[in-house]
Amino acid sequence: MQPQSRDCRFAGKLRPWISYYKRRQSRAPNRQLTVLRCCCTVTEMAALRLLNFWAMLVTLSVCNGWLFENFGSYRNREADEVALWPLPQKIQISGAAFQLSSAGFQITHANGSTAGPSCSLLQNAFRRYFDYIFGNARKQGKNQQKVFDSELQELQVLLTAKDPECDGYPNLKTDESYQLEVDQPTSVLKAANVWGALRGLETFSQLVYEDDYGAHKINKTSISDFPRFAHRGILLDTSRHYLPLKAILTNLEAMAMNKFNVFHWHIVDDHSFPFLSRTFPDLSQRKGAFHPYTHVYTPSDVKMVIEFARMRGIRVVAEFDTPGHTQSWGKGQPDLLTPCFSGSSPTGTFGPVNPILNSTYDFMTRFFKEVSTVFPDAYIHLGGDEVDFSCWKSNPDIQKFMDQQGFGQDYKKLESYYIQRLLDIVSATNKGYMVWQEVFDNGVKLKADTQLHVWKENPQYQDEMARITAAGFYTLLSSPWYLNRISYGQDWQAVYKADPQNFNGTAEQKKLVIGGEACLWGEYVDGTNLTPRLWPRASAVGERLWSDENVKDINSAYNRLAKHRCRMVQRGIPAEPLYIGFCPHEYGGL
Amino acid sequence: MSGVWRLFGVWPMPQQITQSTDRYLLSPQSFSFSYSKDSAAQSGCSVLDSAFKRYYSLIFPDAADGARKTEFSINTLVAAGAAALKAQSVWGALRGRVYSLIYSLHCIYYFVNKTEIQDFPRFEFRGLLLDTSRHYLPLNAILKTLDAMAYSKFNVFHWHIVDDPSFPYQSYSYPDLSSKGAFHPMTHIYTQSDVKRVISHARMRGIRVIPEFDTPGHTQSWGKGQPNLLTPCYKGDVPSGTFGPVNPILDSTYQFMSGLFKEMKSVFPDSYVHLGGDEVNFACWKSNPNVRAFMTKMGFGHDYTKLESYYIENIVNISSALNKTPIVWQDVFDYRERIPKDTVLEIWKGVPADYRTELAKITHAGYRVLLSAPWYINHISYGQDWRNSYTVQPQNFSGTDQQKALVIGGEVCMWGEYVDATNLHPRLWPRACAAAERLWSNEEMTSNVDQAFPRLEKFRCSLIRRGIQAEPLFVGYCKDEYRGV
Repeated sequence: MQPQSRDCRFAGKLRPWISYYKRRQSRAPNRQLTVLRCCCTVTEMAALRLLNFWAMLVTLSVCNGWLFENFGSYRNREADEVALWPLPQKIQISGAAFQLSSAGFQITHANGSTAGPSCSLLQNAFRRYFDYIFGNARKQGKNQQKVFDSELQELQVLLTAKDPECDGYPNLKTDESYQLEVDQPTSVLKAANVWGALRGLETFSQLVYEDDYGAHKINKTSISDFPRFAHRGILLDTSRHYLPLKAILTNLEAMAMNKFNVFHWHIVDDHSFPFLSRTFPDLSQRKGAFHPYTHVYTPSDVKMVIEFARMRGIRVVAEFDTPGHTQSWGKGQPDLLTPCFSGSSPTGTFGPVNPILNSTYDFMTRFFKEVSTVFPDAYIHLGGDEVDFSCWKSNPDIQKFMDQQGFGQDYKKLESYYIQRLLDIVSATNKGYMVWQEVFDNGVKLKADTQLHVWKENPQYQDEMARITAAGFYTLLSSPWYLNRISYGQDWQAVYKADPQNFNGTAEQKKLVIGGEACLWGEYVDGTNLTPRLWPRASAVGERLWSDENVKDINSAYNRLAKHRCRMVQRGIPAEPLYIGFCPHEYGGL
Repeated sequence: MSGVWRLFGVWPMPQQITQSTDRYLLSPQSFSFSYSKDSAAQSGCSVLDSAFKRYYSLIFPDAADGARKTEFSINTLVAAGAAALKAQSVWGALRGRVYSLIYSLHCIYYFVNKTEIQDFPRFEFRGLLLDTSRHYLPLNAILKTLDAMAYSKFNVFHWHIVDDPSFPYQSYSYPDLSSKGAFHPMTHIYTQSDVKRVISHARMRGIRVIPEFDTPGHTQSWGKGQPNLLTPCYKGDVPSGTFGPVNPILDSTYQFMSGLFKEMKSVFPDSYVHLGGDEVNFACWKSNPNVRAFMTKMGFGHDYTKLESYYIENIVNISSALNKTPIVWQDVFDYRERIPKDTVLEIWKGVPADYRTELAKITHAGYRVLLSAPWYINHISYGQDWRNSYTVQPQNFSGTDQQKALVIGGEVCMWGEYVDATNLHPRLWPRACAAAERLWSNEEMTSNVDQAFPRLEKFRCSLIRRGIQAEPLFVGYCKDEYRGV
């Protein structure tokens, strides 16, 4: 069964609260719109939860329910439109609503802000969010003369850091916090830098709703917000299927709407090599890509993705997975892969990267030198997962090398040998690295700032996270968030319930969890089905990684997420439905 | 190039096909479709005239409109004399898809191999169900689905137009049904002209439109615009304020249904109508004292299936009086209602063992039957689930040849709980193609699912080229990828 959209089962428990606020209301008779205060802070929510399992739901009903009690269902519908996703850390919403008109409202730089009109990142964001807020209304040229008593005329954006990072890139340590005070005639969004401002603008745009007369409204609100985790990522796989640039950019837009901040670009793999390298163009041009012109990412494509992401406060972390998952590399780079043998003769097939040749490491040095300049982010994902040893085992030269090195028959040692040398190469480019969990499992010596990416279901991810953090390494979680795996029904709920800090460990260990990533592997996904498959299911991960850990009531989440997905649809993202129902503006992009 | 390679794009597999390696060049400037002198249909046949136009641009997507001047239209393939397409009716002609065999080189030259095809469908009823009640589907989403259906030779659009959650059909006899029962009375409805448009778009593609007005269950949304239609549920002696299935004991119910079905008859030209009849929950009927009194009066005892039978019988009679052949869900047969012999039963329940038993039972009783149970493709899972759809054997049940002949086809169902315009197309295509081939092609020629794989892969790429958002079967690529979002 789906959660009820407007659940009044707990109205009885609300009565004392409601009458309290009715009394307050009567002391403020002058308001044109009756003010019913509704204060839902996360702390209060958490406290309530201790009292009653259902208290979360009650609290949310409280926010809307007061209006419901007093104004009937129409008014309630307006307040319901405020469905924030992910839920901010601290929030107070009042029943007092202000009007915004597309003719009069502006987003501006506050006096005293360290950013001004020369900050093109913000200028673009102002325009983008203005468009999100007013949609088509702007073009219709509604009545512009009428001035309302309580009209919000300005959102002033106030940046406080000496360098607001207008031209910078976000990183793992970026401060994304912001404060938002919505009041009339002016509201203020305060943040240290542009990255916090971007998050705050998203929240502000979500606070605006349309009433039954099509007027844009926003309630008096006070928000103080910051992310729970620093690394909130989405992985897209452009090797198993090529994703047209437009699909990637659309996904970046949806990511910003859900406050994700890392695009993990699994750009190459066994099946194709669409990355057009300047140093080794043959990798994509000689059969490594599905097609050398129509199925590649040129340097300017990559630049465009990085800049588009930057404008939305999103890091682009590229993954060049070796030594396994590299079949496509071999087509344009002879001698890179290990020739497999049957008995004493080569079979003509190839295995993982050949770890015993110096030429391999020369290639990697030059290749990663390019990668480190193309991708500005401080981290590169080096893969290191699922290495199949059978080809190495079959190759007599490798066997000889194993003997020389004293590895015996332990091919994990050979893999570690390769990874070790690769890590040294990448370290020399001054990049940090992320690797899949196997690299840790196999005992490779790692730099202290290495980020270990947990993806396996067996062993249980909770145990793996505990082991990794006990060893003092940073980690991030993906195991429960392989969204390429689909099933019938509301599988977002299981996604929502998973928590990256849900393992046995000390507080110190928990701090080593930098976040997580939703992964959409490409076996069954291309531009035709990517967006509806990812959204709003990935939104569940978005809230888990941003909001307070106590925000986990499924019914509250359902109500907000159903509306949030309609908001995404209205903004042009074909996010699929959670369950039966409708959006006021259905997807029209057919 | 082997013969198999060229067959890649043909889906569903024709009954008989012979192909030689001789190939002919087609040029957009000189190729044309034309009516053979002996053809019973000639220029002015609207269905074929527009089909020629449609398929011309599907064959030559790059050809500029201006290039197609009549003076260059020569009824020949270069060097080969005429290509002939013979069919009994325009509907057969629509299925004759020479164009599928045409492949292009370097985007400029188009070729077709010397080919002879004799083709006909294995089953006469090859349907696809869309549910526009659980989510509203904008008109464009329906029209696009009809396009894709034609490419896979489906010929019935089963429009599950209303259900519990919403009533988007705008009735002219009972406008309140949608003004109160739709998700939104203005934006989430199908007007009469919308319905006309769907029917004509379908007709041009040789597709019948069969609406389903499912009763007595699945009718919550009806109650909003038609007071007293639904059964009031009781809690003890007092009405609880909620409603159950259609109230079967009131004359007003049958008067309303007559009125509605009369409207149906004038709106939907197909001679079949789907009356639903599935999943009736008896709890509300049981709670209602008036219904209980009626049960006693009719001598039904406590057997509420008899009450349902009574209701369905009346509805079937109403539709029969309007010369409509009814289709109902299998539940109606399972309750042993007295139903006219020409009624078609649609099987939707259970695993293969279950639906085989049901196939045997229904055909044994002499009714025609449609199979849907294995083709509920709203149920998704990870991986290549089209393979399960493909390996269905609709006539594999114990029964006589006569019984087997009563299987008139099947339907792919895309129920709407989790589907709207955002994800409908990639979820339907190419998964529905698997059932399309099962319903059209010879089963022995198409029994190997691995052999079907590369052909379907190719076909899904051609769907994309024609603008259908068909999702991938597995790792790989299309020459022209989908460019939307």
